[in-house]
Amino acid sequence: MSNAGEFELSRRGLLVSGGATMAVSGITQSAQAQGDTATATAGTPHLAEVNLVVNGKQQALRIDTRTTLLDALREHLHLTGSKKGCDHGQCGACTVIVDGRRINSCLSLAVMHEGDSITTVEGLGNPDKLHPMQAAFVKHDGYQCGYCTPGQICSAVAVLDEIKAGIPSHVTGDLTKKPPLSRTEIQERMSGNICRCGAYSNIAEAIGEVAGMKA
Amino acid sequence: MKFDSPAGDNPIDQLKVVGKPHPRIDGPLKTSGKATYAYEWKDIAPNPAYGYIVGSAIAKGRITSIDIDRAKAASGVLAVVTAQNAGKLSKGNFNTAKLLGGPEIDHYHQAIALVVAETFEQARAAASLISVDYKRGDGAFDLAKSMDSAKAPPEGWSGPADTAVGDFDSAFAGAPVQLDAEYYTPDHAHAMMEPHATIAAWQDDALTLWTSNQMIDWSVGDVAKTLGIPKDKVRMISPYIGGGFGGKLFVRADAILAALGAKATGRAVKIALPRPFIFNNTTHRPATLQRIRIGTGKDGVITAIGHESWSGDLPGGGAETANSQTRLLYAGANRMTRTRLSVLDLPEGNAMRAPGEAPGMMALEIAMDEMAEKLGMDPVRFRAINDTQVDPEKPERRYSMRQLTKCMEIGAEKFGWDGRNATPGTRREGRWLVGMGMAAAFRNSPVTKSAARVRLDKRGVVTVETDMTDIGTGTYTILAQTAAETMGLPIEMIEVKLGDSTFPVSCGSGGQWGANNSTSGVYAACMKLREAVTQALGFNPQDAVFADGKVRSGNRSAPLAQAAGSNGLSAEDFIEYGDLDKQYQQSTFGAHFVEVGVDAHSAEIRVRRMLAVCAAGRIINPTSARSQVIGAMTMGVGAALMEELVIDKRFGFFVNHDLAGYEVPVHADIPHQEVIFLDEVDPLSSPMKAKGVGELGICGVAAAVANAIYNATGVRVRDYPITLDKLIEKMPAIA
Amino acid sequence: MKAFSYERATSVQQAAASVAGTPGARFIAGGTNLLDLMKLQIETPGHLVDVNGLELDKIEKTGDGGLRIGALVRNTDLAADKTVRKDYGLLSRALLAGASGQLRNKATTAGNLLQRTRCPYFYDTNQPCNKRKPGSGCAAIGGINRNLAIVGASEACIATHPSDMAVALRALDAQVETMRPDGTTRTIGMDSFHALPGTTPHVENDLAPGEMITAVTLPVPVGGTHIYHKVRDRASYAFALISVAAIVQKDGSGRVALGGVAPRPWRIEAAEAQMPQGAKAVTAQLLAGAKTTPHNAFKPALVERTLAGVLAQARS
Repeated sequence: MSNAGEFELSRRGLLVSGGATMAVSGITQSAQAQGDTATATAGTPHLAEVNLVVNGKQQALRIDTRTTLLDALREHLHLTGSKKGCDHGQCGACTVIVDGRRINSCLSLAVMHEGDSITTVEGLGNPDKLHPMQAAFVKHDGYQCGYCTPGQICSAVAVLDEIKAGIPSHVTGDLTKKPPLSRTEIQERMSGNICRCGAYSNIAEAIGEVAGMKA
Repeated sequence: MKFDSPAGDNPIDQLKVVGKPHPRIDGPLKTSGKATYAYEWKDIAPNPAYGYIVGSAIAKGRITSIDIDRAKAASGVLAVVTAQNAGKLSKGNFNTAKLLGGPEIDHYHQAIALVVAETFEQARAAASLISVDYKRGDGAFDLAKSMDSAKAPPEGWSGPADTAVGDFDSAFAGAPVQLDAEYYTPDHAHAMMEPHATIAAWQDDALTLWTSNQMIDWSVGDVAKTLGIPKDKVRMISPYIGGGFGGKLFVRADAILAALGAKATGRAVKIALPRPFIFNNTTHRPATLQRIRIGTGKDGVITAIGHESWSGDLPGGGAETANSQTRLLYAGANRMTRTRLSVLDLPEGNAMRAPGEAPGMMALEIAMDEMAEKLGMDPVRFRAINDTQVDPEKPERRYSMRQLTKCMEIGAEKFGWDGRNATPGTRREGRWLVGMGMAAAFRNSPVTKSAARVRLDKRGVVTVETDMTDIGTGTYTILAQTAAETMGLPIEMIEVKLGDSTFPVSCGSGGQWGANNSTSGVYAACMKLREAVTQALGFNPQDAVFADGKVRSGNRSAPLAQAAGSNGLSAEDFIEYGDLDKQYQQSTFGAHFVEVGVDAHSAEIRVRRMLAVCAAGRIINPTSARSQVIGAMTMGVGAALMEELVIDKRFGFFVNHDLAGYEVPVHADIPHQEVIFLDEVDPLSSPMKAKGVGELGICGVAAAVANAIYNATGVRVRDYPITLDKLIEKMPAIA
Repeated sequence: MKAFSYERATSVQQAAASVAGTPGARFIAGGTNLLDLMKLQIETPGHLVDVNGLELDKIEKTGDGGLRIGALVRNTDLAADKTVRKDYGLLSRALLAGASGQLRNKATTAGNLLQRTRCPYFYDTNQPCNKRKPGSGCAAIGGINRNLAIVGASEACIATHPSDMAVALRALDAQVETMRPDGTTRTIGMDSFHALPGTTPHVENDLAPGEMITAVTLPVPVGGTHIYHKVRDRASYAFALISVAAIVQKDGSGRVALGGVAPRPWRIEAAEAQMPQGAKAVTAQLLAGAKTTPHNAFKPALVERTLAGVLAQARS
C-alpha cells in the first residue's frame, strides 16, 4: 500500500454526515457539511411497485422509491435512448413525453408515474423506420456526438404539439393570440435542451422542415 | 505508406464519394437512441454493480482521517475503495494530478473514495456517509497574484517559452502607431453532454473498459501504467462518445475507479461522474492573462508584434500557450512571444478545443481591431496588408497553402461588411444597438501517424477497423467515404468499426488532426487492399481500375467480392509522414463575421448573424465539416458572452460547478449560421489533401463577437466573458 | 439521497397531517426542485407525501371577480390559461421567462413559490451556508455573489429568491391559501409569505409544519400594460440577474416589483408613487440602502436602466 500510516481510518464517528462530509482543522474559516448525525443514515431502501406504459408496452416494476423515471428507463428497462447529461434538470438530455407532455425524466420519481404513458425516443421510431423528426435530424445533421439528440427529438416533437395547442412562449408577441410557428418560437421553446456540440442552427432547420415551414 | 512528397493524382481525386455532402452513417442509430454510449452496455456484464465517487472538500492539504465504516455497513454496499486500500497506483503520463487522491489533496473534488453498491441509489446514499477530516494547506488560486512567481515552462508542443526575431523593443518604441493592451480569458469547461463514464470488468488479470475516450492508445497505456499492469492486459472500447472537446483525451477517475471497484468486488462496475463533480474533478481550459503590443507605420504595416501569455496549473502541469498563433499569423520584421506558467492549486488545466489558439485568438483579434481603429483603417484591410505567405519567423519557409485574405474578402462581401459604420454606437434598431465585428481564424494542421485495417468479405463489403474515435466529428462517415472512394464502392458497402483497442492504432481525436490523418490511414490500408485484390484476381495492379464495385484491368473485369473468396481479404497499413510539415508551414485559415444587438437599456447582448469562411484543404464531407464549424462558432459565442469557471479564491474551487451555473449557449442564443468553405486542395498535407476544421471554427469567433459589441456600443471590453455588467456603466446615454 | 418511504395523499388534510406527524416528511408535487436538492443531500426527507393526485389543478373565477389558481396547476397551464393571458399578462410573462418547457410542464404553482435559492454555496454541501446548515456561516459573503441580493439580505445570508412567478404574484397582490394539519385554513398575502433572512435564513416562508398551500388567488384585474423583463446572460433557460415586473397605467401610474435583487420578490408600494417621475426616482426608493459587493454592484444601474426601458415600452 502506498499510503499506509499517513491516513488512519477513523472509527471515531465524530463528524457530522452528509455528502463528502468534512471538518477542517488548521484554518479559521472552516467549511462543514450538511445534515445532522442523528438522522443521517442511508437507510434501507423502500421498495414500491409501479406500473408504466412505456412506448405502448405495459411494464411492472418493483423498485427503490429513490429511482428516477430516467433511471427506471435506463437501468431497469434498458431503454438507454433517454440520456443522463446532468441529472438535475439543467440540460434536457433526459426529455421524454409523459401523457403527451415533455418532461425531464431525471427530476421525476418513477413511483410517481403509476399508470402513466411514456414515450421515449425508442418509441418514436427505429433505425429502419425513423420518425419524421428523427429523419429530419439525420437530413439536416441536427446533431454531432448524438448524446443530447434523443432529448432534442422528444422535445421537438412535443414543441410542435405545444405550438399547435396554442401554448404561448417567452417570445410570443401577443399573448391573446395563438403563437405563430416561427424560427424564434422554436428556438425559445427548444432552449431547455442543451447541445454542446452546437448543432442548434441545424436542429432549428430540421424542426422547421417537419413543421412545414419554408426554409 | 510514407507521405514524404507532394500528393499527385490518386483515387481520392475521383471525388465520387469524398467531397460530397453525405448524412452521417451513424445517424439512424444516434437519432433513435440505439447508439451505445459508455454507461449503456447491457449484455457485456449481466449484473453490474454501481460506483459513486466521493470528492475532496478542500483544494489543498491533506486528509487526516477518513471514516468509511458507516458507508461499508450501509444497505447494498459491496466495497469502499480509498487510496489506503487500493494498492499501489502510479500516475498516468497524461495526468497531472493523481486520479485517486489521499492523503495529500491536490485539488477540489479530487476523487478520494469510491463506494460500490448493488444499485446506483445505494451507492450514492452510502457515499454521503463517508466522513473525512482534513487539514487545509496553503494554496495558490489567483493567477494575477501569481504572475511575479511565474516561470518559463519547458519547451512543449508549441515551441520554446521565449521567441524573438529582430529587435522588438526598439521597433515597437519607434512605431508611429502603437497598441499595448492586456486581456483576460477565464477558465473554461468542456461541458460535453455525456459525463465521463466507464464500465469496468476483469477476467482473471485482464481488464476491459467500456468507456468514453478520445485517444484509445494513449489511454490504454495510462490505465496500464496507473494500475501497474501490462498494456496488453487492458482493452478499451469506446465506439460512441458523447462529446469530448479535449476533456476525454485522457484517462479520468471514472475509468481508474471503476477498474479498482471491479477488482474489489469481483463484479463489473459502472460509474458516471455526476455533473456537479465534473467541473472540479476533471480538466478544464486554463485562464490566461495576455499582453499584446503591436506597432505599425502610419500605413498600417506591422513593424513590431509581441504577445505574452501567463497561465497557471498544478505542479508539473503545462502552460496555455495563448501566444502560439502570434508567431505565425501576421507579418512583421520584429517579433517576440513570452510564455510564463505559475503554480496554481486549482483543478488540473489541460487541452480544450484549440488549446492555445482559442484563448490566444480571443485576445489577438481584439487587439487587431483596436489597432485598425487607431489607424482609421478597415479591420479587413488592416489584416490583409499584414498577411504573409511565409512563416514570419523563417521567411524561407512557405505556407503549404494560405488563403486568409481570400476568406476575409469573400466573407466581407457575403456578410455585407460594407454596411458597417466604423463609428461605434451609431446604429439603432428599436431597442437594439447593432454592431458588426470580424476576426481572422487560424489553427495549425498537425500530421501524425495513423493506422487502419480493412477487410473485404465475400459479400463485397469492406469493413474498416481502427481505434480512431468519433466524438461527434463525423469520423464514421468520412472513413466510409474514404474507403468507398478508394475501393470503388458505394458508401453503403462500407462498414466502419471504431474505438476498440484491439484495432490498429490511429491518430485519435484531438488537435483537429483526426480527419486528415485517420482518413489517410484508411487510404493507406485500402491501397494495400487493392494490391491484394489485384493479386487475388491475377490482374495487373498498374492499370487496375476500381469502380462501381468492380475491378477492371485491360479487358478483364471482376466484381470486388470475387477477389475476397470465401475467406475474405484483409490489409493493414498506416500513414506516416516525412518532413513536408517542416519544409512547409501547414495551417488552416478563416474569417468570422458577426452581427450583434445590444439592448440600449439593459445591455443584454444577443448575436443576430454569423458567418464563417474557411480554407482548410479538401473538405471530405461538407455536411459534417460544416457542423464542426457551426458547433465551434457556438462554443465561441459561449466564450464571448457567458462561459467562465468562477473561482472562489479563498477556497480554491470553481464555484459554478453545474450546468445551471456554468452557462453555455442554448438554442435561443444562436441564430442561423452560415459557413463557406473555399474550394481548396493541399497536396502537401496528405494523400487526402485535406486538413482539419473542428478547431479552426472556434478560433477568432469570440473576438469577432467582442468587436461587434464594441461597434454596437463603443465599449471595449478586454476581459471575457463580455457580460452586461461590464458594459452597463459605459453604455451610451439612452436617446 | 437517503432512502425514503412514499405515500400518495388522499386528501389535503390527510397530506398535511401526514407531513406534520412524520419526522422528516415533505410534500412532493412537481419535484423539480426537491429532487434536485435531494440528489445533492441538501434536502434529506425520510418520507414523501405525493400530493399530485389531489384535485388542486383548477383555475376558476372567484366570486369577487378575481381568480383562484389551484396549488397543483402546472406552470405551463397557468401561463397558457386564457384568463391569465388576457387579464394577468404579467403572470404569464413571468412564468414563460422561467425555466424550460420541460420544467414548466411539471412545476406547480405552490412548488414555484417554495423554490429554494440558487446560491452556489447553498448548493455545495462542502461549504458553509446558514440557510442549509444554520450557524455554519455564509460563504457567499466575501465569496462569489454576482447573482445574490443587494436589498433585504442580512449578515447571515445574501441569497436571492429564484422565482419569476412570485415576482409577478407580488405585483398582482396575490394571496396564498393554505390548510393546516387540523383542517383549518388561512390566507397569507404575498407581501408576507416569504420571510427575510435576518438571523434565521433557513426560515424562508410563513408556513407552519405540515401547512399546505392549496391555492393562490388573484384580485380583480387592474388593467394596464403588463411587462416582465428578465435580464440574464443567456437568452433563455437561466435564472435572473435581475427582473422587473411592471404594470403601467395610461396615466403613468402603476406597480413595480423586482426579482433577483432580494431574498424575496421585492416591492415597495411607496416607491410606486414615483412612477410618473421615471425610473431613476422609483429605483432610488426601491433600492434605498442597497448593499452591493464588487460582483453585484452593477445591479442598481441595471435595475434603473431596465425599468426605464420597461416604462418606455409601456408608453410606446
